[in-house]
Amino acid sequence: MSSNKGLFKSSITKKIVMGLTGLFLITFLIVHAGVNALIFLNDGGQAFLKGASFMGTNPLIRIFEIVLVLGLLLHIIDGIIITRHNKMARPIAYYGKGASANSTWYSRSMGILGLLILLFLIIHSAHFWIPNRYAQFTTGHEIDLFGRMKFIFSHAWIVGIYVGACIALSWHLMHGFKSAFQSLGLNHSKYNPIIKTVGFAFSIVCPLVFAMMPISMYFGLIQ
Amino acid sequence: MSSGNMNLTLKIWRQKNVSTAGKMVSYQVTDISPDMSFLEMLDVLNEQLIQKNEEPIAFDHDCREGICGMCSLYINGRPHGPGSGITTCQLHMRSFKDGDTIIIEPWRAKAFPVIKDLVVDRSAFDRIIAKGGFISVNTGSAQDANNLPIPKHDADEAFNSAACIGCGACVAACVNSSAMLFVSAKVSQLSLLPQGQPERKQRALDMVHQMDVEGFGSCSNTGACEAECPKGISIENIARLNREYLIASLTEKEPKKGSGDN
Repeated sequence: MSSNKGLFKSSITKKIVMGLTGLFLITFLIVHAGVNALIFLNDGGQAFLKGASFMGTNPLIRIFEIVLVLGLLLHIIDGIIITRHNKMARPIAYYGKGASANSTWYSRSMGILGLLILLFLIIHSAHFWIPNRYAQFTTGHEIDLFGRMKFIFSHAWIVGIYVGACIALSWHLMHGFKSAFQSLGLNHSKYNPIIKTVGFAFSIVCPLVFAMMPISMYFGLIQ
Repeated sequence: MSSGNMNLTLKIWRQKNVSTAGKMVSYQVTDISPDMSFLEMLDVLNEQLIQKNEEPIAFDHDCREGICGMCSLYINGRPHGPGSGITTCQLHMRSFKDGDTIIIEPWRAKAFPVIKDLVVDRSAFDRIIAKGGFISVNTGSAQDANNLPIPKHDADEAFNSAACIGCGACVAACVNSSAMLFVSAKVSQLSLLPQGQPERKQRALDMVHQMDVEGFGSCSNTGACEAECPKGISIENIARLNREYLIASLTEKEPKKGSGDN
């Protein structure tokens, strides 16, 4: 008779952790998109810098930043473990290809979409988060994030990378949002339609808001 | 060749036994009637092979009326071939056209090793069932059926879950070779009914543990299993299993030493 000691090793627990961390990271996306969308006020970045400075200096939020990084790491490590385990479960691939008849390609590609987003996050944090925290640590002052945005988004190829990452994020969310609820056992005919609708809308709107930032800055629409 | 009959090219996985590597081999079949079932078409091919003194193709089949779950076959990239809600024995040659090339493979999963050609060993499912797919009842004369009030909705749900024939199409369809639809159906059919309550938590823990031991992948919620299941088992069962497992893991007590539990 097995006991409940297997909780931390079971495939279901790993998926529950994936769902919980995924939903947690979605709350981060909402805050991040919300604060950064202040640039669209087109007030020379004043409102945005106020918001960003609050997020960057408030002690409570700084503590939560650690929780965020831990949550992200957990999502990444758990994702790698799950993907590896899943690949091992089918040592010989099929010769005939017909999976598009029963499932969407992006639902079958969460690992690779996640990897693309991770690669982007390394570039993205090297652009803003790391230099800013470094400056705070060494000089005690934040860098001019708005000016840096304008500078970085003046390069077409960087804008291309950011837009590409937003597309990957969109597909990742398109499956991940509703999948998280299913992994947590939250499947009910009464609530499924709203989960599906909100998930679909969020995975379009959120990446679109993000993508509009580099695009509008590149074309000089934000001054 | 009578009108409407077909000539087909078949690409079939041939593998001598569990320890040798297999490969795809092409065969031609002629004058196939659209009224034949897919398995009858393979019977025709095997007759030809036997007459040529070649080894016939091994494939699983039993009832040939869609209730036993024995026939398998991954046809043109889909378990049980094109169409939904059918097993391979219920697939008819009218689903194909003259001149088609049909790719026929065994279920692919680490937990379902190929025994020969298109036959896989699905005893992993039996071992999962043995871990918890049962209830305990007192022997003696059966009690009156009306002693146990069961809401109609629960009875229907349990019956829908119990429709699973254990064919393994869910595993074959899943990108991760996950057995979650099968296990969740088996856990659900018992956890929904009063008779299944005494072992409810231990059942969820033990069956999931065995599923992981067998080497099935985890569930990515792609929904491919539900789409390909010949019995229309819903992935609502998987959500239920996730709940059952989580609650059982968090609340099931460790058996005490010397309490009779082991």
